[in-house]
Amino acid sequence: MVMTEETAANPSFAEQAIEHNANAPGLDESVEPSDIKMRARDVSIYYGAKKAIDEVSVDVFTEHVTAFIGPSGCGKSTFLRALNRMNDTIPSARVEGTIELDGEDIYASGMDVVQLRARVGMVFQKPNPFPKSIYENIAYGPRIHGLAEGKGELDAIVEKSLRRAGLWDEVKDRLTDSGTALSGGQQQRLCIARAIAVDPEVILMDEPCSALDPIATAKIEELIDDLRGRYAIVIVTHSMQQAARVSQRTAFFHLGHLVEYGHTSDIFTNPREQRTQDYITGRYG
Amino acid sequence: MSPAIPLLLALGLGLAGWLVARARAWTFKRAAPHGRLAALPKYHAWYAALWIAVPLLLFFLVWDYASGQLIMAHVLASPEAAALPKFGLRRATIINEAWGIANGTTARALNEESVALAEPFRQAISRYQLIGIGIGLLIAGAGAAWAFLRLKPDFAARTKVERLVLAALLIASLVAILTTLGIFVTLVFETFRFFGMISPIDFLFGTQWNPDPMGNPNNPDPSRYGAIPLFWGTIFIGAIIAMIVAIPLGMMSAIYLTQYAKPGLRKWVKPALEVLAGVPTVVYGYFAALTVAPFIRDIALALGASNPSSESALAAGLVMGVMIIPFVSSMADDSIAAVPQAMRDGSLAMGATANETIRRVLVPAALPGIVGGVMLAVSRAIGETMIVVMAASTAASLSANPLDSMTTVTVQIVALLTGEGSFDHPATLAAFALGFVLFLVTLALNFVALRVVKRFREAYE
Ligand SMILES: Nc1ncnc2c1ncn2[C@@H]1O[C@H](COP(=O)(O)OP(=O)(O)OP(=O)(O)O)[C@@H](O)[C@H]1O
Ligand SMILES: [Mg+2]
Repeated sequence: MVMTEETAANPSFAEQAIEHNANAPGLDESVEPSDIKMRARDVSIYYGAKKAIDEVSVDVFTEHVTAFIGPSGCGKSTFLRALNRMNDTIPSARVEGTIELDGEDIYASGMDVVQLRARVGMVFQKPNPFPKSIYENIAYGPRIHGLAEGKGELDAIVEKSLRRAGLWDEVKDRLTDSGTALSGGQQQRLCIARAIAVDPEVILMDEPCSALDPIATAKIEELIDDLRGRYAIVIVTHSMQQAARVSQRTAFFHLGHLVEYGHTSDIFTNPREQRTQDYITGRYG
Repeated sequence: MSPAIPLLLALGLGLAGWLVARARAWTFKRAAPHGRLAALPKYHAWYAALWIAVPLLLFFLVWDYASGQLIMAHVLASPEAAALPKFGLRRATIINEAWGIANGTTARALNEESVALAEPFRQAISRYQLIGIGIGLLIAGAGAAWAFLRLKPDFAARTKVERLVLAALLIASLVAILTTLGIFVTLVFETFRFFGMISPIDFLFGTQWNPDPMGNPNNPDPSRYGAIPLFWGTIFIGAIIAMIVAIPLGMMSAIYLTQYAKPGLRKWVKPALEVLAGVPTVVYGYFAALTVAPFIRDIALALGASNPSSESALAAGLVMGVMIIPFVSSMADDSIAAVPQAMRDGSLAMGATANETIRRVLVPAALPGIVGGVMLAVSRAIGETMIVVMAASTAASLSANPLDSMTTVTVQIVALLTGEGSFDHPATLAAFALGFVLFLVTLALNFVALRVVKRFREAYE
């Protein structure tokens, strides 16, 4: 984590948080700059004239799960969607500041959005399998990106993705059934498998478990933990327990501001900000 | 009796009842402990007014018919009627004329007998008019008494009025249903008469269509009533040529409008497209006949066709296709827009382009709705008359060449019904059989289409 003198001179909450992390014991050694997968700096996001995200700076690390928490409407989804430019689909949305993927500005004019989204995949709050067969759902991404040559390779990708998503054993005999005929939890894992199939580097998940029961949730959390070894994962969640269980970093948003960002253990056991403390304990009851 | 009398009576008495009942309800209201009634005074007023006016009007509806019979009986019993010829046209003419003179619709008598007969008519008319008004007043009075006896502070006039409104609405909807039924029964009846003369096998499977309205109606030639060329012409023009135009254009405009057009543009283009659906088909008809057909013939000539027809299936089909575009596009538009945003987002988030998303996700997901829309459009196209009447010909031919002249079921129905034949000639009755087939086919298409669309809607709810 590199701090310039300029930002250090006038630290915002976000930068204080980053500074805090930078000063945390052991972090400087464990996190080489190359481990930062995505780097957001002074990102503000507007819907028309309304500012939904105000000067947020966050880093997303390789092989880490980063959790975004905060009260409803604070801008978690908005910020998450900025990371793979899904906000582009909303005409009124506008992004300021820089977001880099492997040091490359994703909002630069030369950026190929299609390629970006292939590298930064997304899983939505409500499972949204396509109304196609399970097989076709997974094969969709590899097909459009030309990742497989011939049926054999495609079959292999489908199987591998379903296995990684922990769904293979449940669906291997019914690959031609419609994806929408699965249970909610299975659908969500299908969507995760679908995202994995294009071999992304980052996976963004917006409240992936909010439509699921506890057992399906536990399966997804387990899956996230397994996937951590290969991808940088960002998860938005309303469940403090979930954030604490699956993430290594946590960012707490409030009213469009990043209040605090750091190691999950620090945020949950020893938050620096009163607001973070209130939010976390409030949720615990 | 002129209809003004019962109407004025009903209106006047009803209004009086309305005002009195309202005044009465107000007195209840003032006397009531908290100034509250079970229903507002105006519902009491409506309750009374309806009880007065509705029975009165119903009575006069019946009386209009009954009094005619009574007047006739009265006149025939009079001494003047004894002089009438016993039977036949002349007797009926005189009676009608006398009645006309009596109520003032006939100015001058052509038969002197009718002048004599006019007097008893006059007597009878004024007598039964008086009786009618008397009974009417009694009925209105009875209605008023019934209503006023029931007006009480706790009377639920509101629900009673509500129930009456409900009955009125029910009757209104029954009218539509009964009309459909009536049309259907007439069609079936006439069709069976036709099939009594020409066997359905000859009609449905024969390949020669050349009915002869002047031929002997008792011994028609079944081989001239083969409807296959008509069915073919209808399908070729309405379901093939028109759809080749309408499906791609309609789909593309729907895709453009839902996925690419800026809201500002969409706001203009969509209504403009819908205007197409509002253009009277007769306007399309002369566009087809005067502009498109000659143009196509010229092109055919330039391409070396020998002696192309000026009434081509192609011209009718093309214009019909344009007419149908809004149906296809608005159904496709609705269906594509009904595919949840989550599908679109899911595909875009995989790194698909907008185009791939549309082709591989949105259109397949919207397909049932689109198919339903196309089927509705087909059913509309094959029932369409004006364009083909004006641009296609009346000569039946079984040909796959779009430049040939061809005819359709609807064109033949028009030709047969406006032709020379008498109404019970098989050539005329054939129109009903054709109409019946058309009715069944479009009904089936609509039925299937609506079910498909409904299934599609359910899939996303
Ligand atoms: N498409 C949009 N157009 C305009 N304003 C929007 C849009 N989407 C979100 N917003 C606004 O931006 C703010 C942040 O919304 P966002 O969806 O990012 O919140 P969130 O933190 O994800 O909330 P939740 O936890 O309820 O999902 C809210 O005030 C919201 O009203
Ligand atoms: Mg959200």
